[in-house]
Amino acid sequence: MSKAVGRGEPPRVSGGHGENGHLDELRVDPIALLDRVRAECGDVGIFRLAERDVVLMTGAEANEFFFRAPEEVLDQAEAYPFMTPVFGEGVVFDAPPERRREMLHNQALRDKFMRGHAATIADEVARMVSGWAVRGEIDLLDWFAELTIYTSSACLIGKRFRNELDKRFAELYHDLEQGTDAIAYVDPYAPIESFRRRDAARVGLVELVEGIMERRAAGPAVEDGERDLLDVLMSITNEDGSPRFVADEVTGMFISMMFAGHHTTSGTAAWTLIELLRHPGDLDAVERELDELYAGGAEVSYQALRAMPHLESAIKEALRLHPPLILLLRVAKEDVEVEGYAVKAGQMVGASPSVSNRIPEDFPDADSFRPSRYLEPREDDRSNPWTWIPFGAGRHRCVGAAFAMMQLKAIFSVLLSDWEFELAQPSASYRNDHSKMVVQLQQPCVVRYRRKAAQGQASA
Amino acid sequence: MRVSVDLDLCQGHGVCESEAPTVFQLARSAKVTVLEDRPGDGHRDEVEAAVRYCPTSALRITEEE
Repeated sequence: MSKAVGRGEPPRVSGGHGENGHLDELRVDPIALLDRVRAECGDVGIFRLAERDVVLMTGAEANEFFFRAPEEVLDQAEAYPFMTPVFGEGVVFDAPPERRREMLHNQALRDKFMRGHAATIADEVARMVSGWAVRGEIDLLDWFAELTIYTSSACLIGKRFRNELDKRFAELYHDLEQGTDAIAYVDPYAPIESFRRRDAARVGLVELVEGIMERRAAGPAVEDGERDLLDVLMSITNEDGSPRFVADEVTGMFISMMFAGHHTTSGTAAWTLIELLRHPGDLDAVERELDELYAGGAEVSYQALRAMPHLESAIKEALRLHPPLILLLRVAKEDVEVEGYAVKAGQMVGASPSVSNRIPEDFPDADSFRPSRYLEPREDDRSNPWTWIPFGAGRHRCVGAAFAMMQLKAIFSVLLSDWEFELAQPSASYRNDHSKMVVQLQQPCVVRYRRKAAQGQASA
Repeated sequence: MRVSVDLDLCQGHGVCESEAPTVFQLARSAKVTVLEDRPGDGHRDEVEAAVRYCPTSALRITEEE
């Protein structure tokens, strides 16, 4: 631990002389900007985001401060203005830790519900691939984004609601995710095309949910065991008997519940598959592991909760190299000192998974896909709790991390047992689109699939 | 052995309670309570599993003389 004190204001990164500071660079090549902050300034350095300073922290010591800080010191609520038009006014991006723990219980993310979710997810994958021919092509972004709409709605809201959705919901949801241009730090309602599509998509989603609510209100009562979260919300009334929640509010709640687990899981599934196809030796190890686990006809609902060291390591390595969130933000509510540098109330404070996950001192051969780094006794993730941060860390660590790992294991249990894949484009052409705060694969991102000769197949 | 929890990190997932119910308890909407901070060696396997599978790495075992 460095005990430096009184170093004054943190150093500032080069560039950013335009009116909006480094905003334009953040919208075009954010990872180059974030890397440059660490290269030029070290663990603590400043870039400009429109009117505000962002104090970027990287490395274990500064990250530990960032992730341990309570709400009263580093506040998350005002750090993501681009989310307000997505969720709707009054639906917050993230709740305080106490409320998050309640949600953990209510949203059935607890350990004891995982087995049921694993079965649901395996069913959804099977349903999607039931439409496949013996061989064909899929676009990874479209395919996994649609799948994870079905899995997250089925697990978090309920199967009854999921069964009323089709591809339209996924397409509108995608437009919402694309409406997260960082220009929102200047004006969340700036007259740009992606914001117009975002607002139209939200209206479209409200219409879909309203239609479902009207059909339910007119239809026969549903048995208790079949009730889902939408039935529960529709049953809550004001004192005068009118419904407590209108379609707009219900849609906002559903959008926010599904948001954190959607593009993140979808992108990680795609990157895990891409990296495994780039590294046939690792794919082979994963397939052998799955063959052994499912040899006796075991169920995905059971196996997806058990250890799968090779598949888990491949997923972790995809997460390390391609973290779904590249910049986590807070607003400092009081003056603090970090590694001797003064951070002032009102400044934004950031942590970057894409920078910290590749610090070479913590992750040897940091830019290479090396799943073996997670195997015992090395365990690069456990050895570096403050720099292996694809899920964040500390108080705000992703509450859905365990659910996400289970979901990815269930998805690949079904996909890799029955299907072979190959890249349909040059390997280097698969890359992320960083033009929005929600990072997604750049299209086209096509792979070919082919049904395997019948053998031991995983069943839901 | 002695079991300790970093309450900054605990999010109340309940994995430890599933692994070692006599050592860890989760009330509704709460963080974990360590019922027995010096469990006997008979609980070693389940406590080690709880530490290992804690989704937020909030648990630690320290050995005592």
